[in-house]
Amino acid sequence: MAHNEGKDQEVHFVGDSRVQVNKNRPVPKDYSEFPGKTEAFFPNFLLKEWMVGVVVLVGFMALVLSEKPPLGQQADPTNTSFLPVPDWYFLFLYELLKFKWASGPFVVLGTVVVPGLLFGGLFLAPWLDRGKDRRPFKRPVTTGIALLTLVAIVTLTWVAWDEHEKQLASQPKGTSEDAKIVHPEDPAYEIYKNNACVNCHGQKLEGLQGPALRGIGDAYTPEEIITIMDEGKGQMPAGMFQGTEEEKRQLAEWLAKQDPPKEEKEQQ
Amino acid sequence: MLKTAYEWLDRRLDITPMWRDIADHEVPEHVNPAHHFSAFIYCFGGLTFFIVVIQILSGMFLTMYYVPDIENAWKSVDYLQNEIAFGHIVRGMHHWGASVSIVMLFLHTLRVFFTGSYKHPREFNWVIGMLLFFTMLGLGFTGYLLPWDNKAYFATKVGIEIAASVPVVGSFIATFLQGGEIVGAQTLARFFALHVFFLPAALLGLMGAHFFLIRKQGISGPL
Repeated sequence: MAHNEGKDQEVHFVGDSRVQVNKNRPVPKDYSEFPGKTEAFFPNFLLKEWMVGVVVLVGFMALVLSEKPPLGQQADPTNTSFLPVPDWYFLFLYELLKFKWASGPFVVLGTVVVPGLLFGGLFLAPWLDRGKDRRPFKRPVTTGIALLTLVAIVTLTWVAWDEHEKQLASQPKGTSEDAKIVHPEDPAYEIYKNNACVNCHGQKLEGLQGPALRGIGDAYTPEEIITIMDEGKGQMPAGMFQGTEEEKRQLAEWLAKQDPPKEEKEQQ
Repeated sequence: MLKTAYEWLDRRLDITPMWRDIADHEVPEHVNPAHHFSAFIYCFGGLTFFIVVIQILSGMFLTMYYVPDIENAWKSVDYLQNEIAFGHIVRGMHHWGASVSIVMLFLHTLRVFFTGSYKHPREFNWVIGMLLFFTMLGLGFTGYLLPWDNKAYFATKVGIEIAASVPVVGSFIATFLQGGEIVGAQTLARFFALHVFFLPAALLGLMGAHFFLIRKQGISGPL
């Protein structure tokens, strides 16, 4: 199709590199000047490119079918405990703003100067790197700067992601203001009130300086709760529970029974 | 039969030159993975275009159910994902396609950069490519808010706060994006407009220019 053999058809060759010629305009090199085997774009090469596309499409659809797109709870502007995180390709810019030299009074460095240098440099690359050489090794300065920037971007993204995961893990899990205290008649509640727990987590498990414990049972097993009592967590120091081992176990088992209400569980 | 129909049409509309302009050119050996496997790095531009087409199509179907209003935005996304037949697949394609298109675009940029293909006479096409990159980032930023869940809301809030901290123009950018005192109804409406009308229009225009120039100048020669 790409080459016309028959002479009985009306054919116009227009606008291709094989068509002449306006001396004032830049005419691209004819591909016959390149060494090696050229191939017609349509349909030969396009078919091969489509095969690459199909392979990518299969991989992509496998991802789509195996990973459900996430949808969190409906936006609640009064929620103060939500950890904001941008999409992954903005993380490096976000992390940049956490450096001391790029935040607070120097925030202009993080928001304008460094991104400006990065994107401005990229934008003007053809005029900053004017040499004739195209091979990366023949222009070490350009290649070096680019590689360093790449490493910086990957590192910043990784650090930001890691930090976000850690913050998420240290957030109080499974607690809920709507949850009721389960089994308030249990003697473990008395143990709770007679220990240091009550000072930070509140008389009714509602949370004071420490997080609320209502509904905590959804997130932890009794063993995990004992570990937290022994080793502390976040701002909570280690060894806060000073009762006997028996009391500790009783309390942990009672706390593990604190489940959030049903309909909320279904939403999560 | 098909050939006769084509010729009948061609005699009247002269369509041959149109598709010849677009499709009839030779592809040199050094970009053809069939000849050198390492030439697969030249595929990323085409794959970016492919994913963008997926984004446009899946996005068109999403707007059939999506409601850009703070009361119903989250509910409509929840509905189209969980109640509509194949809704989770269409939304999944749009959600993951956003990330994949950024990855492909990034790989394409790296290929062009490290093969020095932005050099004379292709400087201008590189600049258009960078504008395309920013348009895609803008699409990512505005699209992130539309599901109106907590993640979307607070990421946008922080993003606009960061924009507002830019000296001199910061407050103007923030007002332009936010459309009011808080991230709220007006923000959602204008992010929707930007995401669905303004930025795609810019994207299509820039892509047209990008492809026009690559046909005009040809792909860069072998290293």
